[in-house]
Amino acid sequence: MTQEEIIRPENKVYSRPDLLCDVHTHYCPGCSHGVVHKIIAQVLDEMGVADRTIGIAPVGCAVFAYNYIDVDWIEAAHGRAPALATAANRLNPGRLVFTYQGDGDLSAIGTAETIHACNRGENIAIIFINNAIYGMTGGQMAPTTLLGMKTATTPYGRRADLNGYPLAITPLLAQLDGTCYVTRQAVHTPAAVNKAKRAIRKAFENALAGKGTSVVEVVATCNSGWKMTPAQSNQWMAEHMFEKYPLGDLKDVESKTK
Amino acid sequence: MAKVYGAVTIDTNRCKGCDLCVVSCPADVLLLQPQEVNDRGYHYAYAANPEKCIGCAACATVCPDACIEVYRVVEK
Ligand SMILES: Cc1ncc(C[n+]2csc(CCOP(=O)(O)OP(=O)(O)O)c2C)c(N)n1
Ligand code: SF4
Ligand code: SF4
Ligand code: SF4
Ligand SMILES: [Mg+2]
Repeated sequence: MTQEEIIRPENKVYSRPDLLCDVHTHYCPGCSHGVVHKIIAQVLDEMGVADRTIGIAPVGCAVFAYNYIDVDWIEAAHGRAPALATAANRLNPGRLVFTYQGDGDLSAIGTAETIHACNRGENIAIIFINNAIYGMTGGQMAPTTLLGMKTATTPYGRRADLNGYPLAITPLLAQLDGTCYVTRQAVHTPAAVNKAKRAIRKAFENALAGKGTSVVEVVATCNSGWKMTPAQSNQWMAEHMFEKYPLGDLKDVESKTK
Repeated sequence: MAKVYGAVTIDTNRCKGCDLCVVSCPADVLLLQPQEVNDRGYHYAYAANPEKCIGCAACATVCPDACIEVYRVVEK
């Protein structure tokens, strides 16, 4: 069978999602942010809710998320996405409201907003990209940085006595009564990507159904900050990050109401 | 036994040459261009062994820039 015979519309099994804008992203080659953007666009396409979705973009490398996925967006000040999501959702009943936040945004400067939105059980989905570093500003240590990990501000590796311990924030969020679904995913293999996609879909469905706050942590790479190739970064992540940040569901309250 | 034929198209101008599709392909179909670069200077991915493709979409699934589209024919 020739390439021309195979490459026909009726044989297509994987397409670029319609909701992804036809632009080049500013992300470094191989960055996990791109993969997560793609699966969010796929889920919104499949759910058919793009016209009633509001995304809240963070400060961090994903600051331009609003240029890449064709839904309505609000750009939050650093860390304040869950507060804006609260307002957007309460003032626009029936909309799907989600935040997209890095680990610096969500678990450093935005810790208070994150915890209180989850504790109030806001009917929003929080997509949390944990690459254990401040990617955008040049690779400084984040609360999530692993012990021993070299960053611009821990050039000899993070030390507990000097820099404190890595912060696993999703287990804290899972303890709060307002969260209905808290899960930790990754996007380093095809199987992991498909699983993360299902988790994001569930989080979005929960938000629309008014079940409370859903949190999808995606353990991710920042190959530029980590100073490795994208493929090496995925391997390093599997070998080192999953020990501190194990994948799987932390909480799933099926039929929780407000 | 059913025979599976696959094929991929790659948006070479959007490709950033990250290599993630290459390492995820179970059938050794893909490579990065050793010499050629696209408009942005990236050694883009291409199907070096297109006849080996089984249309599994592993490459497209991991691509951060959604450059790859996949086609599959199952011949009974
Ligand atoms: C109020 C405020 N403080 C500090 C900064 C500088 N700043 C920009 S992005 C960032 C950290 C981003 O890290 P993260 O949220 O992990 O996102 P990533 O780039 O890693 O995806 C910081 C500290 C800022 N823009 N605003
Ligand atoms: S600096 Fe890191 S997080 Fe930011 S785009 Fe590059 S690889 Fe991605
Ligand atoms: S569809 Fe599967 S076999 Fe074909 S190039 Fe992609 S990963 Fe390789
Ligand atoms: S995964 Fe995508 S961006 Fe990376 S080399 Fe392959 S086609 Fe290019
Ligand atoms: Mg980060």
